[in-house]
Amino acid sequence: MPLSIPEQELMEPGHTACHGCGATLSMRYVLKALGKNTVVSVPAACWAVIPGAMPNRTLDVPMVYTPFAATGASISGLREALDIRGKEDYNVVGFAGDGGTADIGLQALSGAMERGHNVFYIMYDNEAYMNTGVQRSGSTPYGAETTTTPVRKEKNFKKQQKKIVADLMIAQGVPYVATATVAYPEDMIRKVNNAKKIKGPKFIQILSPCPVGWYFSSEKTIEVSRLAVRSGVFPLFEYVNGVMKVTKQPSPVEIKEYLSSQRRFSHMSDRDIEEIKAYADARMHRLLEMEKNSASASAVQN
Amino acid sequence: MQAIQKYNAILTGNESVAVGVKLARVGFVSAYPITPQTTIVEKLAEMVANNEIDARYVEVESEHSAMAATFASELAGVRSYTATSSHGLLYMHEMLHWTAGMRLPVVMSIVNRAIGPPWNIWSEQTDSMNQRETGWMQVYCESNQEALDSIIMGYKIAENRDVMLPLMSMEDAFTLSHTTEPVSIPDQAEVDDFLPRFDLDFKIDPERPMGYGSYVPPEGPFMELKHDMMESMRNARKTIRKVTEEFSEAFGRNYSGLIERYRMDDAEYALIASGALASTGKYVVSRLRERGKKVGLIRLRFFRPFPDEEILSATKGLRGVGVIDRSVTFGSSGATAIEVRAALYGKSETPVAGFVAGLGGRDVRIEDFEEIYSHVESGDTGNYYINLKGVN
Repeated sequence: MPLSIPEQELMEPGHTACHGCGATLSMRYVLKALGKNTVVSVPAACWAVIPGAMPNRTLDVPMVYTPFAATGASISGLREALDIRGKEDYNVVGFAGDGGTADIGLQALSGAMERGHNVFYIMYDNEAYMNTGVQRSGSTPYGAETTTTPVRKEKNFKKQQKKIVADLMIAQGVPYVATATVAYPEDMIRKVNNAKKIKGPKFIQILSPCPVGWYFSSEKTIEVSRLAVRSGVFPLFEYVNGVMKVTKQPSPVEIKEYLSSQRRFSHMSDRDIEEIKAYADARMHRLLEMEKNSASASAVQN
Repeated sequence: MQAIQKYNAILTGNESVAVGVKLARVGFVSAYPITPQTTIVEKLAEMVANNEIDARYVEVESEHSAMAATFASELAGVRSYTATSSHGLLYMHEMLHWTAGMRLPVVMSIVNRAIGPPWNIWSEQTDSMNQRETGWMQVYCESNQEALDSIIMGYKIAENRDVMLPLMSMEDAFTLSHTTEPVSIPDQAEVDDFLPRFDLDFKIDPERPMGYGSYVPPEGPFMELKHDMMESMRNARKTIRKVTEEFSEAFGRNYSGLIERYRMDDAEYALIASGALASTGKYVVSRLRERGKKVGLIRLRFFRPFPDEEILSATKGLRGVGVIDRSVTFGSSGATAIEVRAALYGKSETPVAGFVAGLGGRDVRIEDFEEIYSHVESGDTGNYYINLKGVN
């Protein structure tokens, strides 16, 4: 039986990530799919620290460190310059966290996607500013406690819903948009491979659970990642040139089970949980509607 | 600049800059529009569309991104260029440090424009003076010809192995950027002889994977890397002198290194100014000379690296120096005045007075220079704002 995950390792052992780090797995799988001819650009992020101090490196591909807001523009410059040098076959990848993507880097991301450079943008989404100590980002979900949304005498948990960058990318007309998470590496690798076939901008949002910031035990990363999908909180889909496909149907797992797997939601009342459920249900409904509509649209085309 | 030129074009400052970029065989341009820089990048976009220049033009969504894309392209081994002004330059500030710290010899044009509020699009150098600690070299041009030539010289200086620092070349808003002057456009073949092709030793190459800019703890080489930049900036003075000499030999236009001395041979007093303001200063110096005043002008071409030695030797034995700044340094005297005083401190008895003039594009008139000179002639060491009006 052929291996479903490529054997090639482009991430060396000996990095400095926390135990159970989802972001580390995300990088590892993405590089397995992309191969050696890849250049990675990383802004201020956990991933700017994971490889360790100069002159250490963890990746067997060039890695450019950039300021926080610069990911989208840096991959634009890298792509065009490599093309000028005749290196069209190199993959150029922006690899940024949710803060660097949903917040400070959103403008540069949107610009790069709009200009249509042949690049990958991987958002490894751990749902807060983890590298700086678990502060709230736009991508933090409703209900989560972070160090800037603390639950004390007042329950000041995040009161706004998650800003879902993948949905913004669909709205912007990005030709390849997908979501993935570390519990489903084959699905992630298949998506990166599909994205490779598209000459243009590609955006993949990878839910990357963070034991330190979500407050769960470090051996539970995969379990938490899987619960996020099965409970419908983080649907996996692939959106290619206007055609939506939900790639994992949620199994009947209660959202409560996902939320109770992490202490960041431990203060939640049943009403708060209802709020999350309503939002997740509405989004899943929307995605399935999109899937249905794009199926009928392609049927009409055929 | 004394040599008699054979002019072959009439161009605005911004057109001259674009021609310089083309002749330097820049491969990558990324920019965001801001008045009065726009006509530089419009011209470059047009050259790309006409296949007059073998470059890619990336129209980014902000100046921060313009510099981020330019930095990345340069790191991938392509000679890269951008241009901006005023608030655009301030918005780039973070990326300026990053580009210099990565030792990338990018060249950028700045059309010097005031900083708001209130909004003001006219000439002033506060925008580039705000960038003096970013590790970029700074050259201030006096004419459209110099604006063109400084792009070509700029790459040669920046890409020198002993330098490897980026360079920004300044022209005054409107006074140069949108005003036509006769210009001599050099032949491409001559420029190619002067400016070799760009090859970055450490350019991105998956065959040789490296981390570019990973973190360094306090006992790591952080301080040493900054010190090395400082040394390179110091040594850049030699390269600047050498490259301007080579340029003079190749093209017959002599920019005399980091400063230009105007009627300084027997001078007892000197005015120090930069940019197009220096032209008016020269004119006033000539008039004062006709009245028997022994005065000259030192035109500061480079502000970074600062020409300490040149200033010290050019002002040796003078009875008074007046430094004119077209920028604001809140809470201190003018940016240039501070530097000149520091260069002379403990080595010279010459009194130095500081003058802030021409903010927000206010005209610096002949009588303003004369007023400045009268302070200098009296041995004044104070700091003054020139031509302030009553506020209603």
